[in-house]
Amino acid sequence: MTQALVNVPAKAKRGEAIEIKTLISHPMETGYRHDTNGAAIPRDIIHTFVARYNGEEVFRADLHPAIAANPFITFFTVATESGVIELTWTLDHGEPVTQKANIIVE
Amino acid sequence: MGERGPTESSTRRHFLAAAGAVALAPIFVRPARATPDTMAAAIREVVGEAPVREGKITLELPPLVENGNAVPMTVTVDSPMTAAEHVKRIHVFNEKNPQPNIATFHLGPRAGKAKISTRVRLADSQKVIAIAELSDGSFWSANADMIVTLAACLEESP
Repeated sequence: MTQALVNVPAKAKRGEAIEIKTLISHPMETGYRHDTNGAAIPRDIIHTFVARYNGEEVFRADLHPAIAANPFITFFTVATESGVIELTWTLDHGEPVTQKANIIVE
Repeated sequence: MGERGPTESSTRRHFLAAAGAVALAPIFVRPARATPDTMAAAIREVVGEAPVREGKITLELPPLVENGNAVPMTVTVDSPMTAAEHVKRIHVFNEKNPQPNIATFHLGPRAGKAKISTRVRLADSQKVIAIAELSDGSFWSANADMIVTLAACLEESP
């Protein structure tokens, strides 16, 4: 099961650039490996990561197989208003994974 | 030191001339030119015919890693990140993995700070290049040479 871990500061000052840290469990199978019988293991990666702040996209990453297993991504965003930061990982196979974090901006 | 034969000294002269040319090159020549074809093609696809200058962007990678499976990487771009002047995208490429692309990060003025960290896979000792695309349409690059003692597992050579 794909599990995501996010670290968003609970409180921030208005206008401050806050760091958001994310980690998700996923093998990021490259598609270039073979199993013990010599059969190619099909590619299975997280190809897109998107962060939305109160519905507006603030960060996006297009990922390739060269991203390590259990992708760890950190980025910054300006704390504009209180609300929800929604992080979505889109997979080659399976449903997208979404995590939400609340932030209070003073 | 004994006497050098004419062939040897001319080789040395050529080498020094070439080294000088390489040292001067980064300002005038796109970094794409000095790298393997697939990466050059991938970079050209992103930047088109626009010139890529060195600077403004910092690519942090450890110079030597034991294990290429998860190499910490941080990219920082020197930009005020305002509506008028910000980083639009950061592209990261490599030379020797099966695919030249590592990732593309899309930013905007709402990022506040153009700094991204992640962990990458590297199949061999190689050069990694990061290119920042700014809101004024200019491209800036930084590169890092890596030594990987144990490559990310790939049963197939690229």
